[in-house]
Amino acid sequence: MFPDLLLSVCPRLHGRFHELAPHLVPLDYTNQPDIRLPLALIVSMPELKENPFRNRIVEVFSEDGQGNLSFNDFVDMFSALCETAPRELKTIYAFKIYDFNVDNFLCKEDLEKTLNRLTKGELTPEEVNLVCSKAMEEADLDGDSKLSFSDFENMISKAPDFLR
Amino acid sequence: NTDSEEESMSEGEMERLKEEVEEKKKVIAIMRNKPWRMKRRLVHLKECQEFVDKFEGALGKGKGRKFYAYKVMMTKVLMGLPYGSIPRKTVPRAEQPTAQDYSVLMDFNVEDTVYRYTIRAQFITCDHFFLSQGYCKYSVLFYGYYNNQRTIGLLKFRLPLSYLMVGVGTFGYSLMVVIRTMAKNADVGGGDGDDGEFTFAWKMFTSWDYLIGNAETADNKYASITTSFKESIVDEQENQKDENIHLRRFLRVLANFMIICCLGGSGYLIFFVVKRSQEFANRDDLSWYEKNELELIMSLLGLVCPPLFETIAELEEYHPRIALKWQLGRIFALFLGNLYTFLFALFDEVNNKLEEEVSIRNASIWAQKEYYANFTLYNNDTDTTPPPMDPSDVIRGPCWETAVGIEFVKLTVSDIQVTYLTILIGDFARAVIVRFLNYCWCWDLEATYPSYGEFDISGNVLGLVFNQGMIWMGAFYAPGLVGINVLRLLSSMYYQCWAVMATNVPHERVFKASKSNNFYMGLLLLILFLSLLPVVYTIMTLPPSFDCGPFSGKAKMFDVIMETIDLDLPAFLGTLMGYAANPGLIIPAVLLMVLAIYYLNSVSEAYQHANAELKKKMQMARDEEKNRRNNTESTDQVMKDLEDLLPNRSLLPPAPPPETGGKSTKVRPGTAGKDVNLQKDVSLSSPNPNARGAVTRPPGPRGPGPLPGNGQQGPGGGPGRGRGRGQPPPRR
Repeated sequence: MFPDLLLSVCPRLHGRFHELAPHLVPLDYTNQPDIRLPLALIVSMPELKENPFRNRIVEVFSEDGQGNLSFNDFVDMFSALCETAPRELKTIYAFKIYDFNVDNFLCKEDLEKTLNRLTKGELTPEEVNLVCSKAMEEADLDGDSKLSFSDFENMISKAPDFLR
Repeated sequence: NTDSEEESMSEGEMERLKEEVEEKKKVIAIMRNKPWRMKRRLVHLKECQEFVDKFEGALGKGKGRKFYAYKVMMTKVLMGLPYGSIPRKTVPRAEQPTAQDYSVLMDFNVEDTVYRYTIRAQFITCDHFFLSQGYCKYSVLFYGYYNNQRTIGLLKFRLPLSYLMVGVGTFGYSLMVVIRTMAKNADVGGGDGDDGEFTFAWKMFTSWDYLIGNAETADNKYASITTSFKESIVDEQENQKDENIHLRRFLRVLANFMIICCLGGSGYLIFFVVKRSQEFANRDDLSWYEKNELELIMSLLGLVCPPLFETIAELEEYHPRIALKWQLGRIFALFLGNLYTFLFALFDEVNNKLEEEVSIRNASIWAQKEYYANFTLYNNDTDTTPPPMDPSDVIRGPCWETAVGIEFVKLTVSDIQVTYLTILIGDFARAVIVRFLNYCWCWDLEATYPSYGEFDISGNVLGLVFNQGMIWMGAFYAPGLVGINVLRLLSSMYYQCWAVMATNVPHERVFKASKSNNFYMGLLLLILFLSLLPVVYTIMTLPPSFDCGPFSGKAKMFDVIMETIDLDLPAFLGTLMGYAANPGLIIPAVLLMVLAIYYLNSVSEAYQHANAELKKKMQMARDEEKNRRNNTESTDQVMKDLEDLLPNRSLLPPAPPPETGGKSTKVRPGTAGKDVNLQKDVSLSSPNPNARGAVTRPPGPRGPGPLPGNGQQGPGGGPGRGRGRGQPPPRR
């Protein structure tokens, strides 16, 4: 709903959306068509291309969890990634992004996947194991060997660098 | 019609409506923070906006509308883009840690300069003129240029008073700004205490920069993240190693001794060079090197000593963050030592000039009388007053203030030159050589020595801080110095920005000297005080030159203030100030301030204690919770001991109703059997269904407390369960 409202407010963003798939994306929304772009197209954008978590980001913001974004979701994604987005919002989305198996907890496998994406597989398995267990130990407050959102938030709120 | 409608609304209805409007407005404001889908956001927004528009006008009856419009206008007018919201508003040269320092410096400098130049440019009279020895010396840049005429121009601008006020006010304003920034940082940063708390977790979740779009930058970032993880892993493993502590202590003492020798050596070198420059002052045939020797030596020392300190510091084997702090501290000591030696030597020179002045003053009066005598002789006309002597012929006193100003300007200029040259040669030439010679060199220049230069954040920040210290000191005697510095900062920002992008690689070690910027702000504050001292001392003690500057002719510089009070302000203010300046009033005031400082200090210590206690409690609660979940026994030794002392459950008679209400945490262990309260159950250990099953009766009714299973628990189990809060579940 209301894509025409969005279109009038952020025409440049719509321009970017349009140029990803010019034949699919309409320029006028009076008929309120429901166009969704697939994941592969979105992650080819220069802003996301180099990001190790690009697939997860797009999946988080898509309604079906598969990465197909409508224009509303597209605007949503960029507004959350923006520099001026509030910190609490970023925390919530960061948690969702790092949760690879989408069970609302960050378990050890999620941490391992995150670490491997960050270091591009340069660390040995023992090192990966060590880092993940230490991180889990540091942040896990309720002792269930997975990080719930409150654990994550507690840890992030004290971090000096978490803005982007 | 709307009027009658509004009148017909009762007071209660209006209130209710107002509340609803406020609520809708709040929802609109909070909407940014909610992680909703765009669709939902838009629906709510439209709804709330319509509601607000419909009813707000009706409530205000025109006055409300006007107020609303006014509010909207004010927020639109006053709200610009916040700092850091677009790239051009964030400093590219020094990274985020130092951004705040830089903005303090830039704001201060630009504002001050603009102020000075608008006032001064309009009202300066040109009584002093240009000698062939160099126009700059007699320009608006230096103290000597300003006339001591009490008021200037149509508006009767009091130049001498304003000169003094601006000079002193500069320090006051900088002091306020620095302290305010430090207080703000202390609030946000929470001090340096918790560095070790979440190392690995933070590294994992916050190290990636989501704004990276360039493949090369991304590769760099991956590499630095990997390095940083490897470092932490090594750090972690090293903590288990056992070190020979005596050897380490000896090495540290040795390193400190060597560094003190270096500092002493550099101090002596400067002293020696200053003495030499005093001899040079009497000669005329000086080469460029000899003229600028002092400043060159000082800048070179500042260049050579820090790497020397760093190599010596490798003996010490500190943790990188601590080593960085030591390094910065030593560089700071070096700078201070050099500066103060320089100042003392300068004072010597000033005293010499003051002596010289006395004789020249007599000579100039004599020359004036001669000129008049000649004039009447030649013109045979004793009635007309002779025209004043041509200004360039008047014998000039050795204006010591201008000399001091000149020294500071030369110091700043040579500092600029050395910095620019260093970047050009040390970074740019090095990068060019490494890049192009790499093709035909035996070993890989890029990966090993010399490779590209690293951008040294802390060194650059210190450089900024020291530069600012020099400006603060010199600004009173050379007002133009501030303008020169602003130009220098602007140009060096672009220059260094280019140099960093083109020739530098990111630092291998990614850590900061302090979490908040307070370490650097603390240094800045210290330098501010230290630069304040010489200036205030000279204002209070040294007599101004007799023929140059805005205070010429007075006994002391601050006599200007006395004069203003006498002549410009109404009489009663003068007497009032006379009373206020009485030592009988001032000493008690000082005592009062000292007592206030002592009191505030003890209050803040008490708060720190309380904070530490709370943290400990939280940590204990967390550990107990973990242990309870994992069904293990408590690891806290105290708790274990207490539990051991408790009576055996199965031997107990049914417990009497509890006597003490509420939660008691103190139980007398060992009073088994008789009337022991089963309070212990609630307060000490957490109910563990596996370990204690023998109690047949639940404890008696207690005071109202949160029941377990209440819906107060957020995701993850909630903090309410476990130790001593609320009732345990009834036992079976």
